[in-house]
Amino acid sequence: MDSVLELARWQFGIVTVYHFLFVPLTVGLTMLVAVLETIWLRTKNPEWLRLTKFFAKLFLINFALGVVTGIVQEFQFGMTWSDYSRFVGDVFGAPLAIEALLAFFLESTFLGLWIFGWDKLPRALHNACMWIVHLGTLASSWFILAANSWMQHPVGYKFNEVTGRAELTDFAAVMFNKVQLGTFPHVILAAYLTSAAFMLGILGWLYLRRPGRDGSERPMYRRGMVLAAWIMVFSGVGVAVSGDIQGKIMTEVQPMKMAAAEALWETSDSCAPFSVLTIGTRDGKHEKWALEVPCVLSFLGTGTFDGKVEGIYDLQEKYRSTYGETPGETYYSPGDYTPNIPVTYWTFRWMMGLGVVGGLVGLAVLWLTRKGRTPSGLIGRFLPALAISAPIMVLLGNSMGWIFTEMGRQPWVVFGVLTTAQGVSPGVEPWEVWMSLLGFSALYAVLAVIEVGLLIKYVKLGPDPFVEPPDPSLRGSDPDGSDADEPMNFAY
Amino acid sequence: MELTTVWFCLIGAMWIGYFVLEGFDFGVGMLLPVLARDDRERRVMINTIGPVWDGNEVWLITAGAATFAAFPEWYATLFSGFYLPLFIILIALILRGVAFEYRHQRPSATWAGWWDRAVIFGSYVPAFLWGVAFANIVRGVPIDGDFEFTGSVLTLLNPYGLLGGLVTLSLFVTHGALFIALKTDGDIRARARALSLKLGVVAAVLAVVFLVWTQVLTGNLATAVLFVVAALALVGGLAAAYAGREGVAFTGTFLAIGLAVAGLFVGLFPDVMPSTTSVANSLTTTNAAATPYTLKLMTIAAALFAPLVLGYQAWTYWVFRKRISIHHIPAGH
Repeated sequence: MDSVLELARWQFGIVTVYHFLFVPLTVGLTMLVAVLETIWLRTKNPEWLRLTKFFAKLFLINFALGVVTGIVQEFQFGMTWSDYSRFVGDVFGAPLAIEALLAFFLESTFLGLWIFGWDKLPRALHNACMWIVHLGTLASSWFILAANSWMQHPVGYKFNEVTGRAELTDFAAVMFNKVQLGTFPHVILAAYLTSAAFMLGILGWLYLRRPGRDGSERPMYRRGMVLAAWIMVFSGVGVAVSGDIQGKIMTEVQPMKMAAAEALWETSDSCAPFSVLTIGTRDGKHEKWALEVPCVLSFLGTGTFDGKVEGIYDLQEKYRSTYGETPGETYYSPGDYTPNIPVTYWTFRWMMGLGVVGGLVGLAVLWLTRKGRTPSGLIGRFLPALAISAPIMVLLGNSMGWIFTEMGRQPWVVFGVLTTAQGVSPGVEPWEVWMSLLGFSALYAVLAVIEVGLLIKYVKLGPDPFVEPPDPSLRGSDPDGSDADEPMNFAY
Repeated sequence: MELTTVWFCLIGAMWIGYFVLEGFDFGVGMLLPVLARDDRERRVMINTIGPVWDGNEVWLITAGAATFAAFPEWYATLFSGFYLPLFIILIALILRGVAFEYRHQRPSATWAGWWDRAVIFGSYVPAFLWGVAFANIVRGVPIDGDFEFTGSVLTLLNPYGLLGGLVTLSLFVTHGALFIALKTDGDIRARARALSLKLGVVAAVLAVVFLVWTQVLTGNLATAVLFVVAALALVGGLAAAYAGREGVAFTGTFLAIGLAVAGLFVGLFPDVMPSTTSVANSLTTTNAAATPYTLKLMTIAAALFAPLVLGYQAWTYWVFRKRISIHHIPAGH
């Protein structure tokens, strides 16, 4: 492995997938923490404040890593993919810049206000700060997903022969790209699913393993669990519906990705089967054994059970006649427009499978805890392990989705316009990419261990006892008043 | 005014925003081992920047993204050309950001000590390397006909570049000392003020040499005026610190850094990254720019949202305007 292209792809993949472990939790937990605080303000029940602060602490441990790994995301386009940046800057840069201006400032500023502002802001305004942070995460997701959707399905631009660059002609087309309209709800609902699974898993474990003296903490954990389980069920259904819509759009604009997802080599004129499992040869071209459900692929791709789904061989021929014999300079063999089939096939299945499991866990918890029941016996023994594995499974499902989306587009970086090989920085040396690949991976690995250690520590401790937070609106707006020498409500 | 010029000014303004704001929080990080006598004082220092450092850092992200959008060629050449320094800056910023959040999470002196080292490393390294990078942009680097940087990392380590690094380092550390003097109370406040004077003299000497050198390299009348006013602001700020006027003193370094960076950008214009290989290969506001459509779109976005951002960031500083002393630090973790 010594070509800059191959190293750069690994570097990008590792850095991006790692960053995206924190993103869904950030998007989802800002919503959950805001909801918990709002419920506390409405009900005045101290349990909700304890949960608010508990999940805020876990969220902040997670958010720190999300923020710092996010800067790498922006820098690496220019560092390792400079020819890509030159080519797409006009189109791709604008959403990124607006994202920073509109979303990142909002998130970082109002989160600082929320964390340190318990004793400085009136309660409703304090709660509003977290809602604003959540709006910021949604805006951020919108712009970055619009940029990504443009790479999947370039619209609203024209190619300038003279400069050799893509030029933006219609910003609204980029913002409301049909791929974007499918992707945004899918990713956001998956984020809600993930964070609700995180909350459910942690509370479920506490419920069974740290019930407090005579189970005194159980009612609080139960309330939180039920809330999380409902969110999981609703967002799980939403993820499935939006994913289905997305699949149909994908079949239309990136038929090769759908064919690769299914390892469908021959075009199927009607009633294409969906294979649940396939054991095949290493190159993925020949199947030895497969478990198939008839006609389901046709439905996933086209919406009717007898729709035609194009196979890899036919698409290969089509792309070859459209785009010529050399999609990539060195990495891809001539005329090869096929992504890595085993990777796309399996990530597609793991994404869907883990997502479905997530929704089902929510349903199971609602059933098991119905009418005040406490799971006991075999189920009760098995449940803590399930509680801990649920968020991990959903998180992995997210990663699989992204690996599928990005790998399934290969050899293109901008579908049909620019290959990944053409996008890499021409002036960068292999040792430089090696260094950043190993450097970031090593640092990220260490930070992951530290973060998981901290999360486990605080989960085991459970929510702090209730302490009535100061309400600045009760003592007027003068922070330099009689309480001037009181300790800060929160400090690093 | 051409939109390319508008965006050159806006990107300059974002870097000014980044340096005047994150400059002082870098300074606070650099002074952590110098000013604080115990853990409580270290916590006082960290909490002066606690609510704002993250918002300050977003100025960097916005400057980077705006460069990508408004001058893609500049973004591509600069970021791929300065690969190694940017990689080190990223590592430093990662360690630093995590450290602020994780330092207080375990009641262990060893644990806090390691995160303190991360804050210190994460503050010194970017404070120095941003200066090196900017000095090299002003001085020019070898760029070929395809706008590719053809030098190596050694190209960047020239005397002018290294002096630039020392200038940002010394200015930021002075700026940070004055911020602590302004934001704390008690013993640490007095020590910060005394130290700011010593650091300020070093910074002033280095900055004057660097600005004169820059004036010779790229100067015109406008840069001369900016540099002189920047130097006066710095000296005035130090005089105010001596007189015990911490607010005025901090405003002095704030203006000095802002005006000096403005001078660098004015001297650079209309280039964005001059080539030392051939003038024809220099990146300019024209040949590095995005299309007028993209620039127009972003101008509208900036006009709508930049005032809002400035407004709520200013409000944050108002909400957290109170001085912090060791009495305000809650015991334990």
